[in-house]
Amino acid sequence: MRIAIASGKGGTGKTFLAVNLALKAAETQTTLLMDLDVEEPNGGIFIQADAADVHKVTRAIPIWDPGACNLCGKCISWCKFNAIIKLGEMILVMPPLCHSCYACSELCPMQALPMEQQSLGEIRHLKLGKLDFTESKLDIGLEQSSPLIERTLEFADEHFGDKELQLLDSPPGTACAMVSAVKTVDYVILISEPTPFGLFDLNLAVETVRQLGLPFSVVINRDGIGNNDIYKYLEKEKIQLLAKIPHQREIAEMYSRGEIIYQQVPAVDEALNQILSKIRSLS
Amino acid sequence: MKEIVIISGKGGTGKSSICAALAYVAKEELVVADCDVDAADLHLILNPKNSEVQDFYSGVLAEIDPDKCIACGLCQQICRFAAIEPHEKTYRVIDLECEGCGYCYYVCPQDAITLIDQNVGKFLISDTRYGCTLVHAHLGIGADNSGKLVAKVKSEAKTRAKTEQKAYILADGSPGIGCPVIASLAGADYVILVTESSKSGLSDLKRVQELVTKFQIPSACIVNKADINPGVTSDIHKYLAKNKIHHMGDIPYAEDFHKAIAMGRCLIEENETRWLPIFSEYWHDIKEKI
Repeated sequence: MRIAIASGKGGTGKTFLAVNLALKAAETQTTLLMDLDVEEPNGGIFIQADAADVHKVTRAIPIWDPGACNLCGKCISWCKFNAIIKLGEMILVMPPLCHSCYACSELCPMQALPMEQQSLGEIRHLKLGKLDFTESKLDIGLEQSSPLIERTLEFADEHFGDKELQLLDSPPGTACAMVSAVKTVDYVILISEPTPFGLFDLNLAVETVRQLGLPFSVVINRDGIGNNDIYKYLEKEKIQLLAKIPHQREIAEMYSRGEIIYQQVPAVDEALNQILSKIRSLS
Repeated sequence: MKEIVIISGKGGTGKSSICAALAYVAKEELVVADCDVDAADLHLILNPKNSEVQDFYSGVLAEIDPDKCIACGLCQQICRFAAIEPHEKTYRVIDLECEGCGYCYYVCPQDAITLIDQNVGKFLISDTRYGCTLVHAHLGIGADNSGKLVAKVKSEAKTRAKTEQKAYILADGSPGIGCPVIASLAGADYVILVTESSKSGLSDLKRVQELVTKFQIPSACIVNKADINPGVTSDIHKYLAKNKIHHMGDIPYAEDFHKAIAMGRCLIEENETRWLPIFSEYWHDIKEKI
């Protein structure tokens, strides 16, 4: 069973929920948690172990061979991502814009753009009892997070396909990165907060998972702030409200210190029980 | 004309609330650009009206004409995104996987593939209740090309600022360090980093500042929820000093943030005595530094 924890808005508690849920689940079953917010991963602040193994992830980029090139310029017109430009007598490839489609490299009549591996980021893996945790980190300056997300999912299939529960901490938003992460799962838990910002962005996330045809339900974090509009929305849309996590300053303080919260706050533990019993009813 | 971009690395640190309060203070002098195109929220406070709406096209998706396709399978072989699959004796494109690179289109011996321009969202130019213009956008679901839509929002904001003779563009960015953030940084004159007092906030601040450094844009920082973790706040202060990032100030954890949003107001409208002096000073500080 693979489950994504996602949200439209950033900062609604995805990592908080993913980390606490994974650790609690791992008390009784083999669990994998993947932090796929590859631009700003934070799961590793909360889950630490003595030994971690690091896997470098690369991707292929065309490298210009001036000796072979006849400057015909066809590569420039083929590239749909404007990643190749001609500067005087030189061809320049801009790696951040390249999507590694191989078109320029394989179509070049002079074979002047061989593909070479360049760094994309890294996957850190560590083990804590029944929990396996991976955190993927994109190299700073690269634009696309989807390739690293996809590589991490492949890595997980290869090494951790047997884990009873696989949780995935998704990137914020509803654009390509979020879809890359969410499209492979069996079930989505959306987390939001009861403010107009939270409601507006939740609605976008709901439309996205509906379009992907995925079953989902919602957890409301910081219950008590804002207003009740989000609850009315859930009722009207007939979306299951899986759990509410109360707004408490102490939770924010514990989170800020990188602490695990469910063992300290009974209301959070109770919410996790509700979520886990739903998850277990799915499989 | 100067362009100020507000980003944070981490989501939920209070970027949009701070952006709305600055817009309130400086409404006579600026055009606002909401560059968080896949979760745009500023409009919930600024109440845009009389919007001029335009579709935004960017990128392509491949489409296979089954009548022309001879099922040679070449397109499927060369596609690096596993976006082509057999379907009823020929092949078809899986839209969600197609990257729009056009490789299949170039190699198809039957010219059976067309590249269709993609409508990836809308952008809007609106009046607001503050009187300043807001340029904002809605990205289509799961759409690629959010960076290009951000670039469009920024270029429209620039055009508007010119015609309205406004001296500043204030852009609210998105979380992360990827394509929409990079697009919002391109051409910016000043970056305001809004972080929060937590280990995650600091870790994300460091990554986003490293990106800002690559662009060689001067940056300043506001530490929100500063009293949540005094130890981390002091670490953030040290980090700012060491990296020559201007420290604009600390904001203690305040329920006013949620209360204001719930009422569709900015912080200053929620509690003028408390917030007006703070944001007037921030705006003055920003202008002086630019």
